[in-house]
Amino acid sequence: MTEHETQSPSITTTVELDSVSKVFNLGKPNEVHALDSIDLTINNGTFVSLIGASGCGKSTLLRLMGALTHPTEGSVLVNGKSADQARLDRDYGMAFQTSGLFEWRTVIQNIELPLQLMGWDKVLRKERAREMLELVKLPEFGDHYPRELSGGMKQRVAIARALSFHPQLLLMDEPFGALDEMTREHMQMEVLEIWEKTGKTIVFVTHSIPEAVFLSNRVVVMSPRPGRIAADISVSLGKRDFDTRESQAFFDSITEVREALRFKESNR
Amino acid sequence: MVTREETSRAIARHERKEAIRRGVRRVVVFLAFLVVLALVYTGYKAFGESINDAQTEWPVVGRVLPRTNDLTMPPIIDMITELGQPPQRNSSKPLAAFIAEASLFTFREAAFGFFFGMVLGLALAILMLRSRWIERGLSPYLVASQTVPLVAIAPIVVIWGSKSMGWLPFVWQPWMSVSIIATYLTFFPVAMNGIRGLKSADPAAMELMRSYAASRRQTLMKLQLPAALPYLFVAFKLAATVSIVGAIVGEISGGVTGGLGRLILDYASRYTTGPPRLYASVMGAAVLGIAVVGMVTVTEFFVMSKRREGSTTS
Ligand SMILES: Nc1ncnc2c1ncn2[C@@H]1O[C@H](COP(=O)(O)OP(=O)(O)O)[C@@H](O)[C@H]1O
Ligand SMILES: [Mg+2]
Repeated sequence: MTEHETQSPSITTTVELDSVSKVFNLGKPNEVHALDSIDLTINNGTFVSLIGASGCGKSTLLRLMGALTHPTEGSVLVNGKSADQARLDRDYGMAFQTSGLFEWRTVIQNIELPLQLMGWDKVLRKERAREMLELVKLPEFGDHYPRELSGGMKQRVAIARALSFHPQLLLMDEPFGALDEMTREHMQMEVLEIWEKTGKTIVFVTHSIPEAVFLSNRVVVMSPRPGRIAADISVSLGKRDFDTRESQAFFDSITEVREALRFKESNR
Repeated sequence: MVTREETSRAIARHERKEAIRRGVRRVVVFLAFLVVLALVYTGYKAFGESINDAQTEWPVVGRVLPRTNDLTMPPIIDMITELGQPPQRNSSKPLAAFIAEASLFTFREAAFGFFFGMVLGLALAILMLRSRWIERGLSPYLVASQTVPLVAIAPIVVIWGSKSMGWLPFVWQPWMSVSIIATYLTFFPVAMNGIRGLKSADPAAMELMRSYAASRRQTLMKLQLPAALPYLFVAFKLAATVSIVGAIVGEISGGVTGGLGRLILDYASRYTTGPPRLYASVMGAAVLGIAVVGMVTVTEFFVMSKRREGSTTS
């Protein structure tokens, strides 16, 4: 874990969490210590995965970065601002496990939604939405309704929507969790392609070890009750392709993550 | 790629056809039921007429089942032929014309009642969405408002309407008071289903709107209202029927002439001189009810045709 700097964060730092704790229902019988003194700095352009057992606070951590919930203690900075200010400045895009597409809007209208809310001109909006459809490889599906798409296609639309206004930061919470294995691997390749093309900072929550290793530069392993960072593992597999999943380096990284998870498990 | 386009278009075409076929099936079933109903009516009438004095001592047939004659159950054929006859001697218009005119008069009252009820109901639902406290404070009063008998409010509204609406740029007509009475009934289902519908928006979608820093108004217009539409259409159908009921009861208890309510009251008081007239005018009310619900259903079909609820076979 990197030392944090509260004063003038360098331009290369996108997310900075400083001894963040989150307690739900504070002082009530159903109090939950979801996160405990988390320090985490994410540099611009990195692909970071958060991994851990279900209930260890991955979603909560991501939601803190997106200012959808607020820390009980500590501070969250995004692009050097408070997470709330970053939200108001539309500094990040989000995608969840459920695509959250509006079923009464066509694919293209769904992608346009954030732009429409930001008051973009109609022509520019359409143009950008078309670009985004190209990016997620669904150019011919613009006029379809979500119900006509498969699960994988819906997630691609959700990603296109999250990226439509070109946020530098992309927060994804198990976006491929509901997809079958084949579609999932396919989507992983595509997300990597988008990442390489656009140079976004991506924070990606998953509970699949191979997925975390395949996608990331950095895997943050979390342990439950209260949620803590158990290990911070860098992954260097070079450019990913079909052979990556069969390479020795891939397996070594998987083993490393798995052991970090298990170590915490037995240490509880 | 082209084939995928074509497939989906073919699916859409198929779904449209399916929808039309379902509509036709509905009408056929409705007519079949009407025939069955007429047969049951006629059958019982014949049975009730055949009960003679000797059978009045019989346990069920004589005691429980009422005897019938042309006064209690006029023949269906009479109801139909009566439609073509003038209802009283001094008029040349057939009964059907009277019923049609009265129906239109009542329809106008109900339509305004429906419209204002819709607006008021939606406004209340949006207000309740704004704050929990408003919802908690308001909803018991809304429920209570519906338990006040209409016969108690109707005369008040009519008098109040004729006495204190002088400030309006148009002349206040009695039927407008009836519209207000109908509004009193129609706003309720819209407000109640409206708040449920507005709250039915997918939580993930709500968070998404938050992440886009969308304003409350934007969230309402772009997400919550569209999400509420299926609920609202259920409410609109209820409101449509209830607007007719409200208009008829309002006319009767407010003493407003010109509509179905007054017509029904008239023919009821002179029932013995022509039973089929009352039956025919009640049927006029039923047809009006079916017509307004039909209008809402057709609107729903077009508005919702893009949605899952609207276009999959269920
Ligand atoms: N809104 C909430 N209210 C109360 N408890 C919550 C809330 N959100 C999450 N939690 C609790 O916080 C813990 C972490 O949840 P979460 O971040 O969703 O875990 P993960 O995403 O890793 O599965 C869990 O024990 C969960 O029950
Ligand atoms: Mg989660």
